[in-house]
Amino acid sequence: MADSGIGARALRKEDHRFLTGQGHYTDDINVHGQLYAYFLRSPHAHAAIRKVDTGAASKSTGVVAVFTGADVAADKIGGLICGWTVTDRHGKPHKAPPHPILAHEKVRYVGDHVAVVIADTLTNAKDAAEKIEVDYDVLPAVVDVAKAMDAKAPQLHADTPQNLCYDWLLGDPAQVDAALAKSHHVAKLDLVNNRLIPNAMEPRAAIGEYDGGTDSYTCHSTSQNPHVLRLILCAFILGIPEHRVRVIAPDVGGGFGSKIFCYAEEVVCLWAAKKVRRPVKWTAERSESFLSDAHGRDHVTHVELGMDKDGKFTAMKVETLAAMGAYLSTFATCVPTYLYATLLAGQYTTPIISANVKAVFTNTAPVDAYRGAGRPEATYVVERIVEVAAREMKMDPAEIRRRNFVKPDQFPYQTPVALQYDSGNYAKALDDAMKLADYAGFASRKAEAAKRGKHRGIGFSAYIEACGIAPSAVVGSLGAGVGLWESAQIRFNPTGTAQVLTGSHSHGQGHETTLAQVVGDMLGLPIENITVVHGDTSQVPFGMGTYGSRSLAVGGSAAAKAADKIIAKGKKIAAHLLEASVDDITYAKGTFRVAGTDKTKSIGEIAFAAYVPHNYPKDLEPGLDETAFYDPANFTYPAGVHICEVEIDPDTGVTKIVNWAAVDDFGKVVNPMVVEGQVHGGIAQGIGQGLLEGCVYDKETGQLLTGSFMDYCMPRADDLPSFKVGMIETPCPHNPLGVKGCGEAGAIAAPPALVNAVTDALGIRHMEMPLTSERVWRTIHKMAAE
Amino acid sequence: MPTASMTVNGKAVSGEVESRTLLVQFIRDKLGLTGTHVGCDTSQCGACVVHVNGKSVKSCTLLAVQAEGAKVTTIEGLANGGDLHPMQAAFRENHGLQCGFCTPGMVMSALDLVQQIPDPNEQQVREWLEGNICRCTGYQNIVKAIQAGAKAMRS
Repeated sequence: MADSGIGARALRKEDHRFLTGQGHYTDDINVHGQLYAYFLRSPHAHAAIRKVDTGAASKSTGVVAVFTGADVAADKIGGLICGWTVTDRHGKPHKAPPHPILAHEKVRYVGDHVAVVIADTLTNAKDAAEKIEVDYDVLPAVVDVAKAMDAKAPQLHADTPQNLCYDWLLGDPAQVDAALAKSHHVAKLDLVNNRLIPNAMEPRAAIGEYDGGTDSYTCHSTSQNPHVLRLILCAFILGIPEHRVRVIAPDVGGGFGSKIFCYAEEVVCLWAAKKVRRPVKWTAERSESFLSDAHGRDHVTHVELGMDKDGKFTAMKVETLAAMGAYLSTFATCVPTYLYATLLAGQYTTPIISANVKAVFTNTAPVDAYRGAGRPEATYVVERIVEVAAREMKMDPAEIRRRNFVKPDQFPYQTPVALQYDSGNYAKALDDAMKLADYAGFASRKAEAAKRGKHRGIGFSAYIEACGIAPSAVVGSLGAGVGLWESAQIRFNPTGTAQVLTGSHSHGQGHETTLAQVVGDMLGLPIENITVVHGDTSQVPFGMGTYGSRSLAVGGSAAAKAADKIIAKGKKIAAHLLEASVDDITYAKGTFRVAGTDKTKSIGEIAFAAYVPHNYPKDLEPGLDETAFYDPANFTYPAGVHICEVEIDPDTGVTKIVNWAAVDDFGKVVNPMVVEGQVHGGIAQGIGQGLLEGCVYDKETGQLLTGSFMDYCMPRADDLPSFKVGMIETPCPHNPLGVKGCGEAGAIAAPPALVNAVTDALGIRHMEMPLTSERVWRTIHKMAAE
Repeated sequence: MPTASMTVNGKAVSGEVESRTLLVQFIRDKLGLTGTHVGCDTSQCGACVVHVNGKSVKSCTLLAVQAEGAKVTTIEGLANGGDLHPMQAAFRENHGLQCGFCTPGMVMSALDLVQQIPDPNEQQVREWLEGNICRCTGYQNIVKAIQAGAKAMRS
């Protein structure tokens, strides 16, 4: 078992099909008789639609149908919804303007869906789309989050003055102001968290099918959470009973949050499939992904941190403007509130904190959760202001952090921003990271680099995140429209192999291996004898899907509970077969034993007896098939310290990351190989945000200027170093596996570590991300000129 | 409509195509070899890399008719029955893939690198991968996998 149980670096079960080209991504699937959908998108950021003429397009070769917003309205199809109600500081719910699946009367961002052409081939659909004539009355646009509330800014939606979605408050700013006024020093900073475009490598896709014989639907979709998608499609948009819709999310090529949401395209494919009585397939081109996938981040923040003369934090005040984009995406509202402001304590004992968040509409693509979702933004605020504070107090950046850490004996620790941290050892992670980074040797490396004319800098990031999302009652009280438990079913076969069905969804995380490791470890099966099934609402129990680093902490816990039920039933069967009392049966690693004897039954024998119950307890149901639902008791709190060391060439402005040391605490680790991979990928995305990536809209026209991989700089292999990854393990005390979650950590930790390192190298206070070579070069030369 | 004829994974294939049909469309839609993926529309991502006459090529950058008479190898043509090619095996052993979408292009690109540099160092691998984007792995284990795969191919 050692080679595939909990803690083993088991190789992944899913890899063979991916490596041999036998994965089944949505676009790889073709359905008999399928037609192709192509969306005509708005070329304007903001315009009234005077008229849409589809006459010529409808007559174009191969075209089966052309639909517009008027057809959607005529069929009374509902709009896309936002599933989390945020209550503003005046007790009112956020503004939720209509979000039609095809724009009606007005378009509000470049890429907004105007019409759909359905044709026999994709090329015919595209050719026809060019023949649609749309008469637009172009309106002024606002794309800059900082300007959305200006008196002169155009208003996107009726009944949303100043484009304000909500004005939300956590904590008491007056008390915080009073504490800041009494502080020895107050560090202040204005910063921007740059808008990002997620860019999972597989573009979004959908296939809608309608079966007239049974009046039922099938929707293949690139979804991270097929049951949630089905619920939204059925109950909120199309008004179809859920039991007549099957949503399948097959192999999905990365998500990073962007595939959580219900998008217009999948709704249109399903709706249109019934109208044209043929399957309808749509696959995004990359440029459509850039335009219409939900973007991430896009905050402008002012932060103030007070401290006493010893550098102990006294109070923190945060004011943030957060972009929602043109419409509210599925979970947009909770990201800059409950997933952001509640993390502003960081790893520190700051006694009082207030956060005011104003969410605003802009003429841009909708913004929603992207890897980390609110927590990277919070960590960036905290770890940048702590760094500025250290420099202004002339303290070592490690020392100021250490002095303010929540100590191991303070758990459970109630923060002033609602969360209760359960466990951790922040100083240990810091110590280990400093060793891994050879912090002691930094001064001599800096001096050596200076001799070569290079600027060296080092930057810390001590992050915390709230994962294992999330206790249903808690999120319900905060406005969530769903519960956030997870389900699992363990279905033994008579021959002793098993299927594990999970409501979570794997799109790169490796659940087919790690969930098999968990169940295999508990039930004494090698992972080869377990198949993990996910992503099909007709196969797996209702589940909430994968995001927020929840799959193992919540979904794995559900699997562990289901395994407990299997063991409990197995004991009854074993007691009967071994002619002993149930109380005398012990269980370990797949073997049931009459305590203190050599009388045993293996789990395989128990499974066989359960399905061939010739000799079986009278009052027990046959079968060995158990389902469990797990609702977490608390969030989990992964945390760690990342240290980044950079060397900057003043002649080119190029920042080279010369060392990256990460020490993370994810609680119990099921598969270190998979966890390290998650950390690597997260750091790479965080470095992408810090160094390379930035979504840019033209400020006047609202055109997306970074609309392709030629303009939007994705990290390439030669932009990155090899990362040094270490781990410490303080088990989560409230879930059965002791696990915390690892998927987002790197993306949360990395940006401030990088910016702290570059500003340290250049001896400057702050610089906005991305720290491109051009920006760095200009900064260096501006400094030289002064 | 013109006809495109070529040898794909050792088999002679032929099919009618529009003159604007890309090689990747021919491979995926006409031949049903869906291991070759499309991740962008500007020839940046490398998910569609195949070998044409032994060299790595982005199959979204070539028209199907341009591959007339060529020998094409896709990811489906690498494994020998159930046995993975050493480069495929190295990706698995080094956790060089997560979601798997960029993987076929990465493997095909890596094989061309090894043809040109049989024992590439880390920097050479990283620079070679300029034309292949991965969003999941941070590349570290891809680099490791390619070096391990190259080593296995040398022995």
